[in-house]
Amino acid sequence: MTSTTTAMVGAPTTIDTLRFATAGSVDDGKSTLVGRLLHDSKSVLTDQLEAVERVSQSRGQDTPDLALLTDGLRAEREQGITIDVAYRYFATARRRFILADTPGHVQYTRNMVTGASTAELAIILIDARHGVVEQTRRHAAVAALLRVPNVVLAVNKMDLVGYEEKDFDRIVEDFAGHAAELGLPGFTPIPVSALCGDNVVERSAHMDWYEGPALLEFLETVPVGSDLPSAPARFPVQYVIRHDEVRHYAGQLVSGALRVGDRVTVHPSGENSEIVGIDVLGRNADVAYAPQSLTLRLADQRDISRGDMITAGADVPTLTQDVRAAVCHLADRALRVGDRVLVRHTTRTVKAIVKDLGDVAELTANDLGRITLRTAEPLALDDYAEVRRTGAFLLIDPADGSTLTAGMADLSS
Amino acid sequence: MTSASASATATAERSFTLSHLDALESEAVHIFREVAGEFERPVILFSGGKDSIVMLHLALKAFAPAAIPFTLLHVDTGHNFPEVLEYRDRVVAAHGLRLHVASVQDYIDRGVLRERPDGTRNPLQTVPLTEKIQSERFDAVFGGGRRDEEKARAKERVFSLRDEFSQWDPRRQRPELWQLYNGRHAPGEHVRVFPLSNWTELDVWQYIAREHIELPGIYFAHRREVFQRAGMWLTPGDWGGPRESETVEKRLVRYRTVGDMSCTGAVDSDATTLEAVITEIAASRLTERGATRADDKMSEAAMEDRKREGYF
Repeated sequence: MTSTTTAMVGAPTTIDTLRFATAGSVDDGKSTLVGRLLHDSKSVLTDQLEAVERVSQSRGQDTPDLALLTDGLRAEREQGITIDVAYRYFATARRRFILADTPGHVQYTRNMVTGASTAELAIILIDARHGVVEQTRRHAAVAALLRVPNVVLAVNKMDLVGYEEKDFDRIVEDFAGHAAELGLPGFTPIPVSALCGDNVVERSAHMDWYEGPALLEFLETVPVGSDLPSAPARFPVQYVIRHDEVRHYAGQLVSGALRVGDRVTVHPSGENSEIVGIDVLGRNADVAYAPQSLTLRLADQRDISRGDMITAGADVPTLTQDVRAAVCHLADRALRVGDRVLVRHTTRTVKAIVKDLGDVAELTANDLGRITLRTAEPLALDDYAEVRRTGAFLLIDPADGSTLTAGMADLSS
Repeated sequence: MTSASASATATAERSFTLSHLDALESEAVHIFREVAGEFERPVILFSGGKDSIVMLHLALKAFAPAAIPFTLLHVDTGHNFPEVLEYRDRVVAAHGLRLHVASVQDYIDRGVLRERPDGTRNPLQTVPLTEKIQSERFDAVFGGGRRDEEKARAKERVFSLRDEFSQWDPRRQRPELWQLYNGRHAPGEHVRVFPLSNWTELDVWQYIAREHIELPGIYFAHRREVFQRAGMWLTPGDWGGPRESETVEKRLVRYRTVGDMSCTGAVDSDATTLEAVITEIAASRLTERGATRADDKMSEAAMEDRKREGYF
């Protein structure tokens, strides 16, 4: 503890953060894995553990049920299931972690999509006894669709198959076939037993044949967050701050870098100007990188407001009113051709009509599909595969404001 | 970007990583600006506690060099620490802000709310808070809630829609994807917004240290009169402590959270500086709320139940 404490005291610290999501099907031990990860990395504090022990005892269990660490709602504890995404925070000496803990039970696809949308890594959990099941293929499809940069295939319950290498190899081979089909670029397989703690935090003594890292070790060392600054510069304008006759365009640089002196283009107007000042939250800067929040000053007075996008360089987004995208439908209300919706893209919200849903009549909750929209005004879109933040959008119900669908623009199709 | 002839500059850019505090700060500022861009009447809940102090600091940064385009709201339980009220008023004046106060004492005096037998006023805050939101027609209400605080809060969205009764229904939350926050709401409804969702207690303290943010003195070790109740060191006061069976003693203590005096306990500590506080928290084996908040210990789902009614 002493060395960790010393490292944490004082600022600034350059330790980075990994955002990751878990996905698993019913009874594959996901809550136990998350509980084990938190418990064995010493991220569970005494009073939390005491609460778990108290409840476990009152239910007549003789060992603490680690799943109780993550089931936060009354209904979840009563029914013993996970209903909704929860976010957990823990840290080791090497890295900090934000875990989107997504349920495997009900509404699984939309919850995994939610968790995976901001994740740089997804853990897909498999029960070693059952191998790749329908849910596993769905999880792999979501990870591929959302372009989660890293995927871990955690083959759990290895203790129940005698820690046999051949069982592990067979599952990995099977999954690799599906992954290739779904367009998943690659994955890291790890054999674990969440219940017994094999290869979760500590390397297992039961599987000499496995030479890779334990799960936590991999999470601590996988490279993250490095491609944003080298992508094309994208700056959606969030808010205009007027002060002493000067306009400061406030926003978060969602990809790329901006420099004082850069020629910029404003979308959708197409007007040009030059950056004369960058302020990164109280500090003047010559250059800023994604994902910094900042304000820009331009050389010319332009009519720029929330919803516009400022870009630099020759690589500009596509300005279009015809949007093709892969989607995951999130709402209980179905989506049909002809529906009038709102599209929320970066800081811009526009009206749109659903023009095409491919070969299906409607999309219902948790459906993955392909869609074409016609928008009332042009959007400055990137391919989701190129820039996640400017390729992603939501469909919103104009009547009640609910979030209907998650979209990922596909300009190549 | 996978070109083999990548220049030295590109290599340097590729290795650019925001420190975790910078990433959290950038994300929080983004959330403040989203609300400013989308809502008519936002308000920041400001109690003079460390989380709301950090929120105010972030809001000042988000809109600099202009002023914050929001007002502040404090739900005053009537049992607040005098040091904290003094701090609150000083900060509000220093930044030329407008402060709304919703007073629990007023509701008790008018007979609308009744004092609980245990003297705890934290659960009584919900009615004044929600009525103030309705009467002032606030459509976005910033809270300093963090998901690491409590297991019900771990389920909370950054933008959390509340109905016209301010109720939270965890089973009917909007999915929240990427950084696209959906704040659409019907008249009478509002959105609770949590810019510090992804911060931990330690992040808050490290940020306070980095930014040299001033805090009320009760966060640092000081000698004060306390008495023990239910395993916590409480400060004597008009709120109903100590009872005859409880004895007051002078101890070296500090506070990890600041809330109503009747349910916020002090911890034994000799940490008189920010550095010492951070060291103490990093080594602590107790959560912030587990250590010092009686209101969360009332039942297994105390926080969830209060949140459902409109509490934060």
